[in-house]
Amino acid sequence: MALLEVEGLVKHFVAERSLFGRALAHVKAVDGVSFSLDAGKTLALVGESGCGKSTVSRLVLRLIEPDAGAVRFDGRDLLSLDANGLRAFRREAQIIFQDPYASLNPRMTVGQILTEPLALHDLVPAPRRSERVSELLRLVGLEPRLARRYPHEFSGGQRQRIAIARALAVEPKLIICDEPVSALDVSIRSQILNLLSELQDRLGLAYIFVSHDLAVVKHIADHVAVMNLGQIVETAEADALFAAPRHPYSRALLSAIPVPKPRAKSSRIVLQGEIPSAINPPPGCRFHTRCPYVVDRCRSEMPRLVADGIGHATACHRTSELPSSEAIVPMDGGFSPVLEKLVAAFSGGPEAARGGGVRSLGAAPTTP
Amino acid sequence: MSPSPLIEIRDLRIRFHGDDGRVTHAVDSVDLSVAHGATLGLVGESGCGKSVTSLAIMGLLPKQSAEISGAIRFDGFDLLKTPDQTLRDLRGNRLAMIFQEPMTSLNPSFTIGDQIIETILRHRGGSRKSARNRAIELLRRVHIPSPERRIDEYPHKLSGGMRQRVMIAMALACDPRLLIADEPTTALDVTLQAQILELMRELKAASGAAIILITHDLGVVAEVCDEVAVMYAGEIVERAPVDELFSAPQHPYTVGLLGSIPRLDHRAEQLATIEGMVPNMAQPPAGCRFAARCPFMLDACTKAPPPLLEVGPGHLSRCIRAPLELLVS
Repeated sequence: MALLEVEGLVKHFVAERSLFGRALAHVKAVDGVSFSLDAGKTLALVGESGCGKSTVSRLVLRLIEPDAGAVRFDGRDLLSLDANGLRAFRREAQIIFQDPYASLNPRMTVGQILTEPLALHDLVPAPRRSERVSELLRLVGLEPRLARRYPHEFSGGQRQRIAIARALAVEPKLIICDEPVSALDVSIRSQILNLLSELQDRLGLAYIFVSHDLAVVKHIADHVAVMNLGQIVETAEADALFAAPRHPYSRALLSAIPVPKPRAKSSRIVLQGEIPSAINPPPGCRFHTRCPYVVDRCRSEMPRLVADGIGHATACHRTSELPSSEAIVPMDGGFSPVLEKLVAAFSGGPEAARGGGVRSLGAAPTTP
Repeated sequence: MSPSPLIEIRDLRIRFHGDDGRVTHAVDSVDLSVAHGATLGLVGESGCGKSVTSLAIMGLLPKQSAEISGAIRFDGFDLLKTPDQTLRDLRGNRLAMIFQEPMTSLNPSFTIGDQIIETILRHRGGSRKSARNRAIELLRRVHIPSPERRIDEYPHKLSGGMRQRVMIAMALACDPRLLIADEPTTALDVTLQAQILELMRELKAASGAAIILITHDLGVVAEVCDEVAVMYAGEIVERAPVDELFSAPQHPYTVGLLGSIPRLDHRAEQLATIEGMVPNMAQPPAGCRFAARCPFMLDACTKAPPPLLEVGPGHLSRCIRAPLELLVS
């Protein structure tokens, strides 16, 4: 049984009200989204800004209430939970946000930040809490003595580690990661990504990973759902999707990934036109205004998400007629053998570097 | 580099004097040059000095707190010694800049037309009518649909990608010789990013302007740059033609950066990480600034600052252990 099952989720926000408070226009942020997630796996939600991926992640936690649809977590219907039930559920599902500067209370020490969930859910008896805080800090690669410090004393990457430690405090089964590495520098980003995979392996966590960085998604996700204007247009195993995306929108999205290889062969599809507004999404297929393969039918009839035998689902009338998409995702060609070894030596630390045949000239490294 | 570069930066040093008397070494002995029509990528992580360098070129650093030395030669001027009046004539004219966040760099209380026309009138003069026509022409060049109508709209009515196009149109208003683009696509979605990169390539081909592209995204660099300079803690640690940098980097920091990008072709279990933190730039370390985080460090690295030396044609590295392939052969 899947850990999380989402069915027909709908959320419309009121965009404009009349003088008397009657709703005049709605933003159709999420419009009929369904997916499921197994324990210990990662589902990535991708798409452009405003496609509804963050709204979905908040609906799943019931941080905002859906207008329609069902969310089942571990067999329980989330939408019928009362306040107590909801609080218990929040022990099992946590969220980390994009901006580690805004998501930690600047007036609390790291120790207090991490003790709060322990006390709130009464997980650990008071005398043992500081010990648990140390444990949590070690788990995310920080030294326990840092518990006495305040968030402003940490760098962005360290703050994101603290946010992860806070999420882990309640020993959840699911963590929603909403753009967790977008605000971080590349080298820090890789540390956090490594940490997230490591924790997943060790603790059996499931992740919903919301991101617009597709290379990161390829790296971390087992399953990917591509969203456009509040709907899932394609969902598949990450490897299958990146090998051959089917929906024209996924094709454009994946073909546009800039790869770190000069003169990479690229069959980039540059979409023309602007992203339509979610207030008045186009009738029929919501992608038809930008789709290079549009036909009349697309303008009037909304395509359904149809899965093939291996669970690769696409919402497009023309799935079977479209040209092959095998060479659409740009290839970075990998590193040269020498560079591959250098990178390995770099990550392996001084030992690996010296093991490479060149004897170190100096003695033990001194602190600069 | 070609015989006479368009812009040449020599031994640029920038220090900031804080209110509390602390001095931060933001940029140290930076040498750079960009040929006519070339694109230089300036790469590095937050706080490495890449944006400060570009602001120094534009003469936009605060005079009270920033102490700048060295020389920036551009088109017959030394920009650091040029009087403010002349600098104002150059900016927006032969020197133009686009920023990461197009919303904060457009004035919300004027139409986009007003803002482009102002630039044209300030530098080119002529009638308002002809400036307006030129503005419409520019908006068309950056592929804004129905520019005759859009020109009278306010920035808030435009989407992020559209605003970035307006910024580019404005930067191009007076056919600049040098365009500095500071993270021009970072705030944009990947599909819009593709459109803007395409546009920059197109415009470069059409106008022959040189571009300095500041970014932390190595994918973007690989795509549009001819040459790359990697900055770390205020210094250039490596400079190379783009192919060289990606195939045979000669500074450990660059190796670490390349290794930390998730790749599309194969799925590595672990990405490379760069352990430790950037040094405190109020007291930069005596030796190599990267030494504390470098797995290839030797004693000598911490003793004296390594010089930026040529390790191949047009390829410079600030590492005493270069060529690095010897470390793993």
